[in-house]
Amino acid sequence: MSTLKVDVHHVTRVEGHGNIVVDVENGELTQCDLQIVETPRFFEAMLRGRAYDEASHITSRICGICAVGHATASLRATEQALGVTPSLQTTLLRKLNFHGEILDSHVLHIYMLVAPDYLGLGSVIPLAKSAPDIVLRALRMKQLAGDLCATLCGRHTHPISMTVGGFTQFPKPAELRALRERLVASRADCDATIQLLQGLEFPAFERDTEYVALHRDDEYCFIDGSIASSDGGIRPLDEYREVTNETIVAHSSAKHTRHRRESYMVGALARFNINYDLLHPRAQAAAEVLGLHPKTINPYLNAAAQAVEVVHCTEDAILLIDQLLDLGIKPEEPAAPTRMSGEGVGAADVPRGTLFHHYRIEDGTIVGANCIIPTGQNLANIELDMRALVPGILDRTQQEITLALEMLVRAYDPCISCSTHMLDVKFV
Amino acid sequence: MKPKVAFFEFTSCEGCQLTVLDTLQRHPELLEVIEIVQFREAMSERSDDYQIAFIEGSCTRASDEEKIREIRTQAQIVIAVGACAHLGGINAIRNRMPLENVREYVYGEKKDWFETYPARPLSAVIKVDAVIPGCPIDRDEFAMAVTHLLQGRMPAIPDYPLCIECKLTENVCMFLRGQTCLGPITRAGCDAICPSCGQGCEGCRGLIPSPNLGAIKDALRERGMTEEQIDARLSLFLTYQTMQMEGVTPA
Repeated sequence: MSTLKVDVHHVTRVEGHGNIVVDVENGELTQCDLQIVETPRFFEAMLRGRAYDEASHITSRICGICAVGHATASLRATEQALGVTPSLQTTLLRKLNFHGEILDSHVLHIYMLVAPDYLGLGSVIPLAKSAPDIVLRALRMKQLAGDLCATLCGRHTHPISMTVGGFTQFPKPAELRALRERLVASRADCDATIQLLQGLEFPAFERDTEYVALHRDDEYCFIDGSIASSDGGIRPLDEYREVTNETIVAHSSAKHTRHRRESYMVGALARFNINYDLLHPRAQAAAEVLGLHPKTINPYLNAAAQAVEVVHCTEDAILLIDQLLDLGIKPEEPAAPTRMSGEGVGAADVPRGTLFHHYRIEDGTIVGANCIIPTGQNLANIELDMRALVPGILDRTQQEITLALEMLVRAYDPCISCSTHMLDVKFV
Repeated sequence: MKPKVAFFEFTSCEGCQLTVLDTLQRHPELLEVIEIVQFREAMSERSDDYQIAFIEGSCTRASDEEKIREIRTQAQIVIAVGACAHLGGINAIRNRMPLENVREYVYGEKKDWFETYPARPLSAVIKVDAVIPGCPIDRDEFAMAVTHLLQGRMPAIPDYPLCIECKLTENVCMFLRGQTCLGPITRAGCDAICPSCGQGCEGCRGLIPSPNLGAIKDALRERGMTEEQIDARLSLFLTYQTMQMEGVTPA
């Protein structure tokens, strides 16, 4: 096919509104855009003038799917700004809560958004009739993840009890023990998830790129840490702008980013490539079953890396509960600010990748805010993948090419409503 | 015949639709009694033949109005789902700020590239038959709304304040705990989930009919909140409603 026009108006089974537009004329690729047509949302502007302790509640509304991630990054930014040091119990509870979100989001993405493509279906709904065991497993895993978040922070979508310096409610030991039991039982579901992924035929497309993720030497990192690149180099969080380098492009209400190359990738595959050695042994074994080794450069395998993280987070959640039970969970007042003015950067590696919140606070009021969201960081990389993919598949039907592109976009698990309100404020 | 149901979203975080998915996974029997013909977030199949439209999100740009009207023309029943669709939601915080300033802060000199206007609830654009309030919606309330629709009646929501549910839950009042709360002016129906988790109500379900704003402001002042802090609290979810009461609703 020497001439091709693809115009997917609103990609389905992703969070938010995006269009894929590809134009090939006489064998030459003239346009290849992932257009972000979501409405601009202006959260950074809306944060100005708010009390510091409202920021996590407001920013959790950036996203319904990674609300815990936004709240966590927001709290860390506020705590850095105001010199708050949370207790060990708070840190453990946050990590455990975060695993709930990763599990919920990854299971949703793998089973409900990605798997239907590979099984030739338009959604998970027909699967409920043809393969009810698969759907029931996904629901069971999602329910466990949701219950984990509800126990720790009231609910998963827009967490309630996470606050600056700590929590405003605490799980009972019996509740944690019950969750632990379900997590242990969930190992069978984790194994079955790996088996499911093993059976899917991922496209053979590969393109080397730069991978960026949070990193710590002592754990597979989701909260805090430093910023690591697969191309080399580790930077402290407050140098995040040196990595993200945002630019505005006309076809996207979300900004683009680039670091050492033309683009970079964040998310499960990036974390896997950078932090593989720190995965729980059971997660490493699962990667082995999937034939997944660092560095994996097929973006479609992001879903496989998510499955490996499902195993890791399940195992680590069990360990965290054991630690909390040993410590003896107790109600405690949130750690108090040591100053009321300051500037701070908080980061979390949420399901879709590295998320930064950066606030400047004066007398307890937010006067400047910047949020850099993972999907925005992935957009340029997705477009470069599309540009590399299309020339090699021009002999296929338009329908097949469209599906291949949609599956590529979906592989990144984009969260478009999150990504459409970014800016590069210069704090002076 | 099963009613055909479609889901749509405008400016929002899509958290309410995720709550719908969560409700469907806890109540799979709902899928036996309705036919979902459009749900972009969850499925690729789509049909424009539907009777009931659930719409999440507020309207924040002129170009979205046509689609919203189109849905109204097709659907016999339109339900606003969640605080954004119901109240303009958190998006409306910026309605009290100079719009140019907001646009410039986020997009700088390229601010004109991206269309926007003050955030509005769906009811400012089309007639809405019923609302499911909350940020996010309450999953049991959504299940109940579907049940009501199947029985041929509109979903009903409480018209009394949150304090009643909070008392029934046997929470100690947030004000007695030395904190603040919008429970006295906020519509009930969430089982007082935030006070139950140790946080004051933020008003996400909207104002009760005839709220006493003067009294709640006095109570917040007595707890040491400044006028700016009080305004900020009341603008979290209630900007559109309070501006309406002041007669300064944005266009």
